[in-house]
Amino acid sequence: MAALGVFEVLAPGILTTVTDLGRYGFARYGVAPTGGLDGFSLRIANLLVGNPENAAVLETLAMGLRLKVLSEVSVAVTGGNLTPLLGAQPLPMWRSLTLRPGEVLSFTAPARGFRSYLAVHGGVDVPLVLGSRATNLSSGFGGLEGRPLRKGDLIAGGQRLSAERAVERVFPAAWIPDYPSPWRLRVVWGPQEEQFTDESRQTFVSNLYSVSSDSNRTGIRLNGAALQVKAGVSESIISEGVVAGAIQVPGDGQPIILLGETVSGGYRKIATVISADLPSLGQIMPGDQVGFSAVGLAEALQALRLAEERVRSFALSAPA
Amino acid sequence: MGDRSLLVELGERISPEINRRVEVLMDRLARAELHGVREISPSYRSLMILVDPLKTTLGQLQPAVAELAAADHDGTLCRSAEHLIPVVYGGEHGPDLEWVAAHHGVSGHEIVARHTASTYRVYMIGFTPGFPYLGELPADLDTPRRGTPRTRVPKGSVGLAQRQTGIYPADSPGGWQIIGWTPIELFDPRRQPPSLLNMGDQVRFESIRAEEVDRWRR
Repeated sequence: MAALGVFEVLAPGILTTVTDLGRYGFARYGVAPTGGLDGFSLRIANLLVGNPENAAVLETLAMGLRLKVLSEVSVAVTGGNLTPLLGAQPLPMWRSLTLRPGEVLSFTAPARGFRSYLAVHGGVDVPLVLGSRATNLSSGFGGLEGRPLRKGDLIAGGQRLSAERAVERVFPAAWIPDYPSPWRLRVVWGPQEEQFTDESRQTFVSNLYSVSSDSNRTGIRLNGAALQVKAGVSESIISEGVVAGAIQVPGDGQPIILLGETVSGGYRKIATVISADLPSLGQIMPGDQVGFSAVGLAEALQALRLAEERVRSFALSAPA
Repeated sequence: MGDRSLLVELGERISPEINRRVEVLMDRLARAELHGVREISPSYRSLMILVDPLKTTLGQLQPAVAELAAADHDGTLCRSAEHLIPVVYGGEHGPDLEWVAAHHGVSGHEIVARHTASTYRVYMIGFTPGFPYLGELPADLDTPRRGTPRTRVPKGSVGLAQRQTGIYPADSPGGWQIIGWTPIELFDPRRQPPSLLNMGDQVRFESIRAEEVDRWRR
């Protein structure tokens, strides 16, 4: 099926990339997942327009993205509320809607959350590289030519709408996340928590940290009460594999939450954000506050099952 | 680590023997295709196994991994490749060579002689796609990282950090001491495998002149 030109990029915003749920199976070659940072919103956006959950979408940060619509297309915008407008009118989020040629879609200011996901019916059409369509910015491959979108880019989409107009779908309002700051992130201790002092472990779960403006896709950098390792413990460790959500602590004691852009790291991890809370990491912005609560594995799994059940039941309610 | 990965530690130090055990276990895990395993990430002395927690639990995975780790090594895994990497040392290609030479109280030529004298093992690929962690450097090349990391190290740069040496496969920030540059393409997502160097491979460096670079480009 020939891909359809769906958007012309009038302005790329701060950072807009083509992404999906990530690239797995290539860590031994140094290739990190680098998928959409809020996987929940990405999946819902796809389901709203009748795509498979893992279809390629646009992920845009904070503000500034402006797109001119080139063909009639069914889209959905989810994730952080970046005050999306269609022309001069507010564009409703968390539902599918049909755009018409000539209309201009813009993301004008971060009102709540930090990253929006724009899915188009049929998926954004870019080549599959190492099993994924996600952009790997560190190495410059995947997505659209391995780079962020630029002014003048043409975004192609998968499928023309059928004659009888796409079915309009709405995600239940009660399940839409509200992205509150201070954030409360649930963590499982470790893997190296026993190398921190007892006071530092206590500090970690009883203080609020503020999100530094030095944060980026590699990590959310936090400022607050410093975490200390026990006497005689060296500053760094032998580099080892890391996962998104791992909270590493460099020598200055200020924690950094890793975000799936790196496969390895040489600092100790005091704790790791649970799977159910990973989508939140994509919506935390500089200036927000973050607090941590430690949970056990059983509670972490239960939280994930609950989140998954919502996605499942919404997917099942969708006409294929 | 967390609720969806298992960190399997096979030793406490950097050593070829421990790293080889990591390599063997990675190979066995890849062949075993255990249900629910999404990613296997090997490093110097450990393996990180990422699972889909809705398909398998860490408790279910642990005994299967322990069994694979305990099995005797039958020596079938002996296919490490050898690579000769051409490097233009010093000058604009190796802006830290003079500093490294001064640090060790020898000439730049002596640093090059030391760097090209040994064969190094690829302990792991990490940091960015295709970045090889090579070791160990001889003790007389043990060099601290730069006090202030560079915001941009050019693609192809060859660097030193303590007893490790490595090559930057793409432009990136970095704190290693840059002593040279190679025209060799280390990472290409269209290649199978995408990384030129792989865990367990053997690497030697060869000093070339800047005029010879075109001959080495692929």
